[in-house]
Amino acid sequence: MKILVCISNVPDTTTKISFTNNNTQFESAGVQFVLNPYDEIALTRAVELAEETQGTVTLINVDEAQSEPTLRKSLAFGAHEAIRINAQARDAWFVANQIAELAKSGGYDLILTGRESIDYNGTQVAALLGELLEIPSVSIAKKIELSGDHVQVEREIEGGKERLRIPLPAVIGATEGVAEPKIPNIRNIMQARSKPLQVVEPIDVSAQAQIVGFEQPEPRGSVTLLQADQTEELVELLHSKARVI
Amino acid sequence: MSVLVYVEHTDGNFKKSIFELVSYGRSLANLLQTSLTAISIGDVSDDALSSLGKYGVDKVLKVEGDQVKQFVNAAYAAVIAQAAQQQASKVILLSNSFSGKGLAPRVAAKLQAAYADGAVALPELKGTHLILKKTAFSGKAFALVELQAENKVISLVPNSYQMIENPKDVIIEGFTPDIPAGDFNTLVEELVRASDKVSLADAEIVVSGGRGLKGPENWGLIEDLAEALGAATACSKPVSDSGWRPHEEHVGQTGLAISPNLYIAIGISGAIQHLAGVSASKTIVVINKDPEAPFFKVADYGIVGDAFEVVPKLTAAIKAFKGV
Repeated sequence: MKILVCISNVPDTTTKISFTNNNTQFESAGVQFVLNPYDEIALTRAVELAEETQGTVTLINVDEAQSEPTLRKSLAFGAHEAIRINAQARDAWFVANQIAELAKSGGYDLILTGRESIDYNGTQVAALLGELLEIPSVSIAKKIELSGDHVQVEREIEGGKERLRIPLPAVIGATEGVAEPKIPNIRNIMQARSKPLQVVEPIDVSAQAQIVGFEQPEPRGSVTLLQADQTEELVELLHSKARVI
Repeated sequence: MSVLVYVEHTDGNFKKSIFELVSYGRSLANLLQTSLTAISIGDVSDDALSSLGKYGVDKVLKVEGDQVKQFVNAAYAAVIAQAAQQQASKVILLSNSFSGKGLAPRVAAKLQAAYADGAVALPELKGTHLILKKTAFSGKAFALVELQAENKVISLVPNSYQMIENPKDVIIEGFTPDIPAGDFNTLVEELVRASDKVSLADAEIVVSGGRGLKGPENWGLIEDLAEALGAATACSKPVSDSGWRPHEEHVGQTGLAISPNLYIAIGISGAIQHLAGVSASKTIVVINKDPEAPFFKVADYGIVGDAFEVVPKLTAAIKAFKGV
């Protein structure tokens, strides 16, 4: 089976977020970039499924050359090849159209993404790809299993879960529960250095949305500290002051 | 060119988040000087549909039938996009629920629309463009997104807009879409919903436990307090990674981002990744025996003390307050 995994290069989860240029640009100086954690889950599952089926895993990333170290690290998870579409990711619509263009001729049986990237948190690309490629999509899957020419997916719903049976090809967005990522060993990392990484130029697509500014959350007032035996006082404060109970 | 709002239901009932969405839709329709039309898909009684009028819906399009009994995002997106075209709606609103997240991009793609995922406030108008505020960097910041295409899709985060009464006499009309057969390829084999628990994603109060609880056998402390408050339960990443609690309870940067009115963190130190997912909570209470725990710096109320001692007392105090 041929599997395509869409990946993003994002600020490490410990990053303190700040902005420049009058709060219109993310300050990337000094920031460590990593493979998006949800994409790591998707990639880990893709490699497992490829092993089950003697298949292949292709990585795809829409970004400029700065993402290549992350692409190499991602190859070390067991993917076979990587494609970088050489463009700044302008919005999810732009990204999904670039990936769809390549996927159309790629003959992929399964396309995996992370449920969202931890920078812009869109949860858009999986469903956009489904629509652009006219195939089924699930945006937030907790389990992905193959069953012949179908995929069985468990997706999260409010207060429960839903089990779906979906014909391939399909696009699935992975979240926690799908796989447990393992840190690649030295041999995997060495092998990844010589795996093919192809760079292709983007197609002409206009973005539909644009980020025009950022805001930091308003700081909270200082904390009101109580003693261990003041639980009744806490209840009173939550009722009469915070008005939340 | 009315504003179109998709009113997701659960077994024929609307949740609070849908009344918030409808109230948001009414306010937006007023800003744009237009009317508000809702579209409902699946079996919902006319009484329930009429209740949307209380929050400002002018008209409901009702889509029924065996074909649409179960949610399939491709098919539902086709229905919503067709309704938008029939109503000449340029702005389509959905809830940023689990289903809404899978549905909204498909609606946007069909209409070549710009899509703002997870809006937390009404837009600012800029000519024919709308500028929406949404969380970014998993709750560490907000981004202002300008929707530049003619058609616009917005999904609203639950618990980010108030329910506002604005009674209207609702007109209910049937709507018969033409859905391609291929859109029903996805088969729902099983749907499990725990009816006795409050859903974490739309809970107004969340009680959350961390490694300070020492082991899964102590989760009764969290559950008792949650039950007394009518709250949902959650946990930190180390707790779900250790298998003490299921992954769907993990809140934080790589788990669920939540915005309840009250978040009570017990035995959680407050790593930056955890804070990212819960900082949108309106009020935060932290109970931790370590006075140096970073969580206290972003809390509204804090108790420095042993969870095993404080939490049962707090549960008793809540019960006494509620008179049970």
